[in-house]
Amino acid sequence: MNTRKSYIRPMEGWWLKNPFYIRYMIREATSIFVGIYALVLLTGLVSLSCGEASYNNWLVAMTNPIAILFHLIALAAVIYHTITWFAVAPKVVSPLFIAGTRVPDMFIVAAQYVIAILLYLILFAMVWKV
Amino acid sequence: MKKRSNEPVFWSLFGAGGVVVAFILPMLVFITGLAVPLGFLSPEVMAYERIHAFASCWIGKLFILAVISLPLWHAAHRIFLSLHDLGIHWGRTFFKWLCYGLAFLGTLISLILLVVI
Repeated sequence: MNTRKSYIRPMEGWWLKNPFYIRYMIREATSIFVGIYALVLLTGLVSLSCGEASYNNWLVAMTNPIAILFHLIALAAVIYHTITWFAVAPKVVSPLFIAGTRVPDMFIVAAQYVIAILLYLILFAMVWKV
Repeated sequence: MKKRSNEPVFWSLFGAGGVVVAFILPMLVFITGLAVPLGFLSPEVMAYERIHAFASCWIGKLFILAVISLPLWHAAHRIFLSLHDLGIHWGRTFFKWLCYGLAFLGTLISLILLVVI
Protein backbone atom coordinates (compact mmCIF):
# COMPACT_ATOMS: atom_id res chain seq x y z
CA MET A 1 0.00 0.00 0.00
CA ASN A 2 1.25 3.39 -0.84
CA THR A 3 1.25 5.59 2.24
CA ARG A 4 3.32 8.38 0.73
CA LYS A 5 1.53 11.65 0.38
CA SER A 6 2.56 12.76 -3.05
CA TYR A 7 2.30 16.43 -3.91
CA ILE A 8 -0.55 17.30 -6.22
CA ARG A 9 -0.31 20.67 -7.86
CA PRO A 10 -3.37 22.73 -6.90
CA MET A 11 -5.42 23.73 -9.92
CA GLU A 12 -8.07 26.01 -8.38
CA GLY A 13 -8.51 29.24 -10.28
CA TRP A 14 -5.94 28.25 -12.91
CA TRP A 15 -7.82 30.18 -15.55
CA LEU A 16 -7.59 33.44 -13.58
CA LYS A 17 -3.82 33.52 -13.98
CA ASN A 18 -3.67 34.43 -17.64
CA PRO A 19 -5.88 36.76 -19.77
CA PHE A 20 -5.94 34.14 -22.54
CA TYR A 21 -7.45 31.57 -20.16
CA ILE A 22 -9.92 34.15 -18.84
CA ARG A 23 -11.12 34.83 -22.38
CA TYR A 24 -11.35 31.08 -22.94
CA MET A 25 -13.53 30.66 -19.86
CA ILE A 26 -15.74 33.62 -20.84
CA ARG A 27 -16.22 31.95 -24.23
CA GLU A 28 -17.23 28.70 -22.58
CA ALA A 29 -19.52 30.58 -20.17
CA THR A 30 -21.44 32.16 -23.07
CA SER A 31 -22.98 28.73 -23.60
CA ILE A 32 -24.88 29.06 -20.31
CA PHE A 33 -26.77 32.04 -21.72
CA VAL A 34 -27.20 30.31 -25.08
CA GLY A 35 -28.74 27.34 -23.28
CA ILE A 36 -31.07 29.46 -21.16
CA TYR A 37 -32.16 31.48 -24.21
CA ALA A 38 -33.00 28.25 -26.06
CA LEU A 39 -35.09 27.23 -23.05
CA VAL A 40 -36.83 30.64 -23.08
CA LEU A 41 -37.76 30.00 -26.72
CA LEU A 42 -38.87 26.48 -25.80
CA THR A 43 -41.23 27.81 -23.12
CA GLY A 44 -42.55 30.20 -25.77
CA LEU A 45 -43.22 27.28 -28.08
CA VAL A 46 -44.93 25.33 -25.29
CA SER A 47 -47.16 28.31 -24.47
CA LEU A 48 -47.87 28.82 -28.18
CA SER A 49 -49.14 25.27 -28.47
CA CYS A 50 -51.34 25.81 -25.37
CA GLY A 51 -53.31 28.58 -27.06
CA GLU A 52 -53.53 32.35 -27.29
CA ALA A 53 -54.07 33.13 -23.59
CA SER A 54 -51.01 31.22 -22.39
CA TYR A 55 -48.89 32.59 -25.25
CA ASN A 56 -49.87 36.15 -24.29
CA ASN A 57 -48.79 35.39 -20.72
CA TRP A 58 -45.40 34.37 -22.07
CA LEU A 59 -45.20 37.66 -24.01
CA VAL A 60 -45.92 39.57 -20.78
CA ALA A 61 -43.25 37.55 -18.95
CA MET A 62 -40.76 38.61 -21.65
CA THR A 63 -41.24 42.26 -20.63
CA ASN A 64 -40.28 41.54 -17.00
CA PRO A 65 -37.17 43.57 -16.01
CA ILE A 66 -35.35 40.33 -15.11
CA ALA A 67 -36.11 38.98 -18.58
CA ILE A 68 -34.86 42.22 -20.18
CA LEU A 69 -31.68 42.11 -18.09
CA PHE A 70 -31.16 38.47 -19.03
CA HIS A 71 -31.56 39.22 -22.73
CA LEU A 72 -29.12 42.13 -22.50
CA ILE A 73 -26.47 39.80 -21.06
CA ALA A 74 -27.46 37.05 -23.49
CA LEU A 75 -27.02 39.46 -26.41
CA ALA A 76 -23.51 40.34 -25.22
CA ALA A 77 -22.79 36.62 -24.74
CA VAL A 78 -23.90 35.58 -28.23
CA ILE A 79 -21.93 38.45 -29.80
CA TYR A 80 -18.85 37.31 -27.88
CA HIS A 81 -19.52 33.76 -29.04
CA THR A 82 -19.87 34.95 -32.64
CA ILE A 83 -16.54 36.80 -32.60
CA THR A 84 -14.69 33.80 -31.15
CA TRP A 85 -16.54 31.35 -33.42
CA PHE A 86 -15.58 33.24 -36.58
CA ALA A 87 -12.00 33.64 -35.36
CA VAL A 88 -11.38 29.90 -34.90
CA ALA A 89 -13.24 28.76 -38.03
CA PRO A 90 -10.18 28.99 -40.35
CA LYS A 91 -8.28 26.77 -37.90
CA VAL A 92 -11.07 24.17 -37.82
CA VAL A 93 -11.96 23.81 -41.50
CA SER A 94 -9.59 22.12 -43.91
CA PRO A 95 -7.47 24.60 -45.91
CA LEU A 96 -9.29 26.23 -48.81
CA PHE A 97 -7.54 26.64 -52.13
CA ILE A 98 -8.58 28.91 -54.97
CA ALA A 99 -6.56 28.55 -58.20
CA GLY A 100 -3.79 26.77 -56.34
CA THR A 101 -3.20 29.38 -53.69
CA ARG A 102 -4.38 28.99 -50.15
CA VAL A 103 -7.15 31.34 -49.06
CA PRO A 104 -5.75 33.46 -46.18
CA ASP A 105 -7.41 33.00 -42.78
CA MET A 106 -8.39 36.66 -42.75
CA PHE A 107 -10.54 36.15 -45.86
CA ILE A 108 -12.45 33.29 -44.28
CA VAL A 109 -13.08 35.35 -41.14
CA ALA A 110 -14.16 38.37 -43.17
CA ALA A 111 -16.45 36.28 -45.39
CA GLN A 112 -18.25 34.96 -42.32
CA TYR A 113 -18.86 38.49 -41.05
CA VAL A 114 -20.26 39.52 -44.43
CA ILE A 115 -22.63 36.54 -44.52
CA ALA A 116 -23.63 37.00 -40.87
CA ILE A 117 -24.41 40.72 -41.27
CA LEU A 118 -26.41 39.92 -44.39
CA LEU A 119 -28.42 37.32 -42.45
CA TYR A 120 -29.00 39.73 -39.55
CA LEU A 121 -30.27 42.35 -41.99
CA ILE A 122 -32.59 39.86 -43.70
CA LEU A 123 -33.96 38.78 -40.34
CA PHE A 124 -34.43 42.38 -39.26
CA ALA A 125 -36.04 43.33 -42.58
CA MET A 126 -38.60 40.57 -42.03
CA VAL A 127 -39.92 42.26 -38.88
CA TRP A 128 -39.03 45.90 -39.50
CA LYS A 129 -42.21 47.01 -41.29
CA VAL A 130 -44.63 44.77 -39.40
CA MET B 1 -13.09 -4.20 -32.95
CA LYS B 2 -12.50 -1.16 -30.82
CA LYS B 3 -15.67 0.51 -29.58
CA ARG B 4 -16.31 3.61 -31.59
CA SER B 5 -16.41 6.94 -29.79
CA ASN B 6 -19.73 8.79 -29.80
CA GLU B 7 -17.84 12.09 -29.67
CA PRO B 8 -18.27 12.92 -33.42
CA VAL B 9 -22.06 12.89 -33.03
CA PHE B 10 -22.01 15.35 -30.14
CA TRP B 11 -19.32 17.45 -31.77
CA SER B 12 -21.35 17.76 -34.98
CA LEU B 13 -24.40 18.94 -33.05
CA PHE B 14 -22.17 21.30 -31.06
CA GLY B 15 -20.72 22.66 -34.30
CA ALA B 16 -24.10 23.07 -35.96
CA GLY B 17 -25.33 24.83 -32.82
CA GLY B 18 -22.33 27.14 -32.84
CA VAL B 19 -23.10 28.14 -36.42
CA VAL B 20 -26.76 28.87 -35.60
CA VAL B 21 -25.75 30.88 -32.52
CA ALA B 22 -23.26 32.94 -34.55
CA PHE B 23 -25.35 33.56 -37.67
CA ILE B 24 -28.87 33.91 -36.24
CA LEU B 25 -28.96 34.41 -32.47
CA PRO B 26 -27.47 37.90 -32.14
CA MET B 27 -30.37 39.35 -34.16
CA LEU B 28 -32.94 36.90 -32.77
CA VAL B 29 -32.06 37.68 -29.14
CA PHE B 30 -32.29 41.38 -29.97
CA ILE B 31 -35.70 41.03 -31.65
CA THR B 32 -37.42 38.59 -29.27
CA GLY B 33 -35.72 39.59 -26.04
CA LEU B 34 -35.26 43.36 -26.35
CA ALA B 35 -36.78 45.12 -29.38
CA VAL B 36 -40.30 43.69 -29.11
CA PRO B 37 -40.61 43.58 -25.27
CA LEU B 38 -39.28 47.16 -25.02
CA GLY B 39 -41.47 48.41 -27.85
CA PHE B 40 -38.77 49.37 -30.40
CA LEU B 41 -40.62 47.07 -32.76
CA SER B 42 -44.37 46.65 -33.08
CA PRO B 43 -45.93 44.05 -30.74
CA GLU B 44 -47.50 42.69 -33.92
CA VAL B 45 -44.10 41.10 -34.74
CA MET B 46 -44.60 38.46 -32.06
CA ALA B 47 -48.40 38.45 -31.98
CA TYR B 48 -50.10 35.09 -31.50
CA GLU B 49 -51.73 34.90 -34.95
CA ARG B 50 -48.47 35.70 -36.71
CA ILE B 51 -46.22 33.33 -34.74
CA HIS B 52 -48.84 30.59 -34.93
CA ALA B 53 -49.01 30.97 -38.71
CA PHE B 54 -45.19 30.89 -38.84
CA ALA B 55 -45.07 27.71 -36.73
CA SER B 56 -47.68 26.16 -39.05
CA CYS B 57 -45.63 26.27 -42.24
CA TRP B 58 -42.78 23.83 -42.71
CA ILE B 59 -40.08 26.47 -43.15
CA GLY B 60 -41.20 28.10 -39.90
CA LYS B 61 -41.18 24.75 -38.13
CA LEU B 62 -37.67 24.09 -39.38
CA PHE B 63 -36.46 27.53 -38.26
CA ILE B 64 -37.97 27.19 -34.77
CA LEU B 65 -36.57 23.70 -34.35
CA ALA B 66 -33.11 24.88 -35.45
CA VAL B 67 -32.98 27.86 -33.07
CA ILE B 68 -34.13 25.80 -30.08
CA SER B 69 -32.56 22.39 -30.56
CA LEU B 70 -29.11 23.19 -31.97
CA PRO B 71 -28.20 25.90 -29.41
CA LEU B 72 -29.28 23.44 -26.69
CA TRP B 73 -26.86 20.79 -28.01
CA HIS B 74 -24.18 23.44 -28.34
CA ALA B 75 -24.62 24.59 -24.74
CA ALA B 76 -24.86 21.02 -23.41
CA HIS B 77 -21.54 20.08 -25.00
CA ARG B 78 -19.69 23.16 -23.77
CA ILE B 79 -21.10 23.02 -20.24
CA PHE B 80 -20.30 19.32 -19.96
CA LEU B 81 -16.68 19.82 -21.08
CA SER B 82 -16.28 22.88 -18.83
CA LEU B 83 -16.82 20.72 -15.76
CA HIS B 84 -13.32 19.35 -16.34
CA ASP B 85 -11.91 22.90 -16.56
CA LEU B 86 -13.56 23.75 -13.25
CA GLY B 87 -11.98 20.69 -11.61
CA ILE B 88 -15.22 18.74 -11.24
CA HIS B 89 -14.24 15.17 -11.99
CA TRP B 90 -16.89 13.24 -10.13
CA GLY B 91 -20.16 12.10 -11.64
CA ARG B 92 -18.93 12.27 -15.21
CA THR B 93 -21.47 9.77 -16.51
CA PHE B 94 -24.24 11.49 -14.56
CA PHE B 95 -23.40 14.93 -15.96
CA LYS B 96 -23.07 13.53 -19.46
CA TRP B 97 -26.58 12.11 -19.25
CA LEU B 98 -27.87 15.31 -17.63
CA CYS B 99 -26.41 17.70 -20.24
CA TYR B 100 -27.06 15.70 -23.39
CA GLY B 101 -30.30 14.33 -21.93
CA LEU B 102 -31.70 17.84 -21.49
CA ALA B 103 -30.68 18.78 -25.02
CA PHE B 104 -32.34 15.61 -26.33
CA LEU B 105 -35.48 16.26 -24.29
CA GLY B 106 -35.68 19.86 -25.54
CA THR B 107 -35.31 18.62 -29.11
CA LEU B 108 -37.97 15.96 -28.62
CA ILE B 109 -40.49 18.36 -27.04
CA SER B 110 -39.94 20.96 -29.79
CA LEU B 111 -40.29 18.32 -32.47
CA ILE B 112 -43.55 16.96 -31.05
CA LEU B 113 -45.07 20.42 -30.48
CA LEU B 114 -44.11 21.59 -33.98
CA VAL B 115 -45.62 18.50 -35.58
CA VAL B 116 -48.85 18.97 -33.59
CA ILE B 117 -49.21 22.76 -34.19
